[in-house]
Amino acid sequence: MIDRPLPEMPCRELVELITDYLEDRLSTTDRARFEAHLAECEACRRYLEQFRRTIRALGRLPEESLSVEARTALLGAFRGWSRG
Amino acid sequence: MPDAGSEPLLGRSTRVRSSDLDLHDDALVSALRAGDEQVFSDLVDRWGRMMLRLALSRVGSRLAAEEVVQDAWLTVLRSLDRYEGRSTFRTWVLGIVVNLARSRARAARREVALDSEQEPSVDPARFLPATHPRWPHHWAVEPAAWRTPEDELLAAETRQVLLEAIDALPPAQREVIVLRDIEGVPAAEVCNILELTDTHQRVLLHRARSRVRSALERYFAAPETT
Repeated sequence: MIDRPLPEMPCRELVELITDYLEDRLSTTDRARFEAHLAECEACRRYLEQFRRTIRALGRLPEESLSVEARTALLGAFRGWSRG
Repeated sequence: MPDAGSEPLLGRSTRVRSSDLDLHDDALVSALRAGDEQVFSDLVDRWGRMMLRLALSRVGSRLAAEEVVQDAWLTVLRSLDRYEGRSTFRTWVLGIVVNLARSRARAARREVALDSEQEPSVDPARFLPATHPRWPHHWAVEPAAWRTPEDELLAAETRQVLLEAIDALPPAQREVIVLRDIEGVPAAEVCNILELTDTHQRVLLHRARSRVRSALERYFAAPETT
């Protein structure tokens, strides 16, 4: 294999590919370009880390549920339905 | 349940987590048909937030979203005999929520702002021009460090920023990020629920995440010019 350097991935391209990277949907070439750029670019590493923190924070939003009224109405409807 | 993404994506039965309700789809549906109220109320609670947020992605108020969820469950009960197990029960139920919420939004003409096809993840003004001699398309205005511990991302104020950022998203992006990142539904199931291709699902998710990240950036740090 000829060891030809891959075209550089600029920051502006990298920020468009983060979800593809996190979901492992980049081609082998693009993944190598992505990681080569990251190794060199602190700003993009920071951007990626903020992206990951954003996703983690979304995953920890508190539970909430139906209002008591809606829930009671639904359970009543279920009883009516299962009898009917 | 942010770890749901690590489960097998397809052919997985929906599992109810509480120990006495650890039923697979067939058993769930049979229990509902038999009028098992415990199973029903457990499902109403377990999927409640997901159904509400999904409905809220399309309808304008909490009250309207609650009505959509109620309508969805009534539709589920009425149609239970037509459920054939071609998708998981959860996918089927959530698909009904999506359809009801979308048609309600259409009726109320809330279906406005279509997604622009070429929405950049980051304001293009924050990058150097393509003609820059040394650093074309590199950061001109770098993302500022968030001087905040991870814990602060969980604080009530931050949650408010997140929720407002989600509210401000176009509906199609909101549906995807709610299911993927808030509820932890695997990508393949989200594609089935929302009837999206895998690629389109990822594009919408990426745009939504990019917008939410930049809302957090505005909150946590003013960008520094380098």
